[in-house]
Amino acid sequence: MYYLGLINEYLKNYMKSRLTYRADFWVEVISDLMFQVTNLIFIFVIFMHTNSLGGWSQNEVIFVYGFFMLPYGVFSCFVNLWGFSERYIVKGEMDRIMTRPAHNLFQIFLENVDPPALMGSIVGIVIMIVSGAQLDLVWPWWSIPAIIILTLSAVAIYTGIYTILTSISFYSDAPTGILPLMYNIQGYGRYPVTIYNRAIQVLLTWIIPFAFVGVYPASLFLQKEGLSQMAFLTPVVGIVFFTIGITAWNQGVKRYRGAGS
Amino acid sequence: MFKGSQMSAYVDFIRIRFLTMLAYRVNYYTGILIYTLNIGVYYFTWKAIYGDGGELGGFSASQMTTYIAVSWMARAFYFNNLDREISNDIRDGSIAIHFIRPYNYLFVKMMQGFGEGLFRFLLFMVPGMLIAILLFPVTLPTSWVAWTGFLVMLFFSFLINSQINMITGLMSFFVENNEGFMRMKRVVVDLFSGLIIPISLFPEWMSKLLSFLPFQAITYLPGSVFTGRIEGVGIWNVLGIQVVWFIVLLLPMVLLYQASRRRVFVQGG
Repeated sequence: MYYLGLINEYLKNYMKSRLTYRADFWVEVISDLMFQVTNLIFIFVIFMHTNSLGGWSQNEVIFVYGFFMLPYGVFSCFVNLWGFSERYIVKGEMDRIMTRPAHNLFQIFLENVDPPALMGSIVGIVIMIVSGAQLDLVWPWWSIPAIIILTLSAVAIYTGIYTILTSISFYSDAPTGILPLMYNIQGYGRYPVTIYNRAIQVLLTWIIPFAFVGVYPASLFLQKEGLSQMAFLTPVVGIVFFTIGITAWNQGVKRYRGAGS
Repeated sequence: MFKGSQMSAYVDFIRIRFLTMLAYRVNYYTGILIYTLNIGVYYFTWKAIYGDGGELGGFSASQMTTYIAVSWMARAFYFNNLDREISNDIRDGSIAIHFIRPYNYLFVKMMQGFGEGLFRFLLFMVPGMLIAILLFPVTLPTSWVAWTGFLVMLFFSFLINSQINMITGLMSFFVENNEGFMRMKRVVVDLFSGLIIPISLFPEWMSKLLSFLPFQAITYLPGSVFTGRIEGVGIWNVLGIQVVWFIVLLLPMVLLYQASRRRVFVQGG
């Protein structure tokens, strides 16, 4: 209850500071959507030159993309660890966070909320409905609860991975350039992973499990042989990676000694 | 144009940035792994698209492999965060200090970018390319003309990409929160430079449109020379396109810079 109240307060604060920069809000929404559009362009261009990508049709790939956008939007709204090392460790902002009663990671998430990102989730849902209709997809009764569970699990996976990577900044003071690089990789989980070779499949499934934020859960609805069973593992992977992330973080925070200057 | 001592100050900016980057080199070992993965993913994606088919947009399957490898590794070299650095200087007000110092701020940024570029070339692009050659069926150019042409063009890729970054960074003077523009720029450069999709595979109208924009000069043109799709005299033509864009982009850069010097206002305190 206490945490819910905090969410409310932080969001109110966000709105206040945001209303000063009204134009930026729209620039951000548009730039987010542009980013998604360029990815869709990639899919459209690919299918101008072929009818199937490893046995998947254009509409199926677009459906996966739509699903991918849903957890991604939620994740980018609530979890934003970019520049953590520079802002919180180098500048010593972490001191301020740690003197407060709420969990430190929770505060950092809330200080950086980015509601415009949720627009992407809405677009994702629209894409799923439209491409689903073109595929004559039957939505079983459990679709909505399943989508919610899978979305939350995927958000947990993202959060876990990015929290693990950010925790590194407690151990090394080098600004970690890894996050932006990871950004490219997460997109690969939205294409049928079966087209990749074994090594990349294993990597995207078990090591940095971005296949679980896109193609595996989405194939549950597309009823893809072989892949749709993987969808059931999504919550498990989510819990595992989220737990590792939080543990790594808590261990890291213990090593935090404050900035020198 | 410059006094001797002034020039050596600029050279120092290259040296200092190079050494700073060297201190953080561990990051770039991870970078090499991740870029190799990027190449791998696109390699297999295109392989699935080609199937047994012969040619797409004038690319044979083997040329496509080479193109992907060299394009990503070229990005490893020309990529920098000058936009973010300039934007940060503007947002925290330190730009005012730069303005009163006896040097040209943009030139200093370019030099720092070049210092980073040198580091990235030697410790990121070259070893990365060697790994890519080991892992994927990359065909290297055989003629020294292609090699020289490519390396000269690669330098211009760096210049043009840095110019675009600096223009984006200077935009911070005019939009208070530049984050959105910077993100948009990154995406646009990756897609329209031909990194994600070679320009000739876009629909006709789009590839025509893109040939009038500066982005193709960053990845597509040097990549085309490296894969041998452009040879001999053709190299001079595409190099010419790069030089023209380099000169054309100087204009908005200088204009924005002039305008921004008049517009300095520091946000917050």
